[in-house]
Amino acid sequence: MPITNRSYWPVVASAVFAAVFVLLFLYLEEQWEIAVLAVGLVAALYSAVRFGFLGRIEAAASDHPRTTIVVNFVAALAVIVLLRGEHFALLMLATVFLYVTVCLGLTIQFGYTGIVNFAGIAFFGIGAYTTAVLTAHTGVPHLLVIIIAGLVAGLIGSVLILPLLRTRGHYAALVTIAFGILFRTFLEVSDVLGGPQGLKVPGMQILGWSLNDNISLGPLGSVSFYASYAVVALLLAAGAYILVKRLERSWIGLNLDAIRTDETAAASFGIDVPRWKIFAFTVGNCLAGFAGAVYAMMSGFIAPASFNFGDSLLLVSIVLLGGSGNPLGVLPAALLVVVLPEKLQIIQEYRFLLFAVLVILILRFRPEGLLPRKMREYFAAWSRS
Amino acid sequence: MSEAIRNEPILSVEGLSVRFGGLVALNALEFELHEGEFVGLIGPNGSGKTTFFNALTGIYAPASGRVTLSGEDITGLRPQQIYDSGITRTFQRLRLASSLSVFDNLMIGNHRNLDQGIVTNLFARRRLEKQIMENIENSRMLLEQFSAPLASRLLDPVSQLPMIDRRRVEVCRALISQPKILLLDEPSAGMTHEETRALMDDLLASRERMPGLAIVLIEHEMGVIERVTDRCVVLNYGQKIAEGGYRDVANDDRVRAAYLGED
Repeated sequence: MPITNRSYWPVVASAVFAAVFVLLFLYLEEQWEIAVLAVGLVAALYSAVRFGFLGRIEAAASDHPRTTIVVNFVAALAVIVLLRGEHFALLMLATVFLYVTVCLGLTIQFGYTGIVNFAGIAFFGIGAYTTAVLTAHTGVPHLLVIIIAGLVAGLIGSVLILPLLRTRGHYAALVTIAFGILFRTFLEVSDVLGGPQGLKVPGMQILGWSLNDNISLGPLGSVSFYASYAVVALLLAAGAYILVKRLERSWIGLNLDAIRTDETAAASFGIDVPRWKIFAFTVGNCLAGFAGAVYAMMSGFIAPASFNFGDSLLLVSIVLLGGSGNPLGVLPAALLVVVLPEKLQIIQEYRFLLFAVLVILILRFRPEGLLPRKMREYFAAWSRS
Repeated sequence: MSEAIRNEPILSVEGLSVRFGGLVALNALEFELHEGEFVGLIGPNGSGKTTFFNALTGIYAPASGRVTLSGEDITGLRPQQIYDSGITRTFQRLRLASSLSVFDNLMIGNHRNLDQGIVTNLFARRRLEKQIMENIENSRMLLEQFSAPLASRLLDPVSQLPMIDRRRVEVCRALISQPKILLLDEPSAGMTHEETRALMDDLLASRERMPGLAIVLIEHEMGVIERVTDRCVVLNYGQKIAEGGYRDVANDDRVRAAYLGED
């Protein structure tokens, strides 16, 4: 291996490519254009894997972890700027970032620690409802509301900890399924929380600036208020990504992996299995809660129907499609799962069927997902340490 | 090894019993281990050898009896606490995390020496990276005592290693935290005679560098037992039926009967 650092250009190239792709994907509306684009993405991913581009990009990213984050963040911002007037496209983009945040939480829970959580959307919903209640009845600043919403999601998740610690595998999954369904039923019968009609949520205000106002740029046209939410959602997703990456590259990440691969062996080497399971489960649920809070303020209205068991399944399928345990894989998978049904109306009705088939195919033929997780790299240029 | 007969044993087990429902898997076992001693634990299949390890390391809760380590009562502690007190082990069927790197697996074994604070791990990256660098060095040195080629594969996934290297990694994982007692559960399983011999040579060599380390070895190959152990304990149906030097034990009538069956 050469001692000199590899160039970071593959990272930049891939970010530009991804940005252009996302831009087209969100902007184009003709059905055939979308279909061509979707096929093109699959072909591009396949050839990237087949001809070693992916390996080169990953190697460059491993040498320049900070540059990678900055470049991709700037690329995402550029997409938002270029789409500034497009309400619907920006709404979808913001939704993707929020789903990414939830799925990064699931990555900590499932990808690292091996706790299957089929109630992801419930914790997202807890964050949303907490926000609705807090903004309606208190004057707590909105940034603080988001933080509290995340913490409440983590806290309510702790009622599941005891049953989760006592069960494993399928049984633990059943516990979370039951919780997700109970949560929705509870919302529907709770008059305080608006019952089936749901609750209204005011738009986000940060330091006196309302995110629900369109911004006028004079002759350059106006910026959709969804652009502001897309930026907030992007910041949240980027923060979650950095957290997950740091976690992975630490002794804690190692503890979580040890628990997933073999609980008995982990315990035999002093790893406090219950403690780290609680940690992973709670942190993951907090991330879902943060995302739910932003979602509630962005959509202005929340109802039990938005938090279905089916949505939890979509979240899990994003993690599986992207590559369980690889935070980078979550982004393309979320894009596919969230945006494709909106864009391709023919599959809208069949989306659950379609994604179910897709997940089965992935698990059968490429169980590590589209972008398989790599070995843990504790710091930059790890392979040459 | 006459030195081993010191007054105070490092580990003493008194009347240890383990029951699974009506089955008595381990029956009032008495066992002593001294600092620096290498003891072989033998007996036919199902005689309670692995059960003894599992009871010692907190995986099974003993029904009765007492275990003391350096004078401290460790009976019925959880596996985490047993590890922290300085007893480590390997498993009969390898329990490595095969998707993780060799380094990661060793670090699982070094858990008690690693900083587990959430703040350090997430925010004090520089301090953490220094710790990681030190541990890479230590891991390389330890692996080199066993096999130089293996040390160069420190960052490879365990799934790419041959059986003997996996065994070496498992032994190193148990050694890296510098325990007082090492429990080896049939390390020769799945290996050829030559591989077993090589592993034992490595083990004996590394023992020179850890003079106080006491080892208990479960093994079916009597040649190995004869060559490496100071003393043998023979179990049958959960009970100790003989104890002493290999030659004495091998010539014991009860031991012969246990292995070959009574006439």
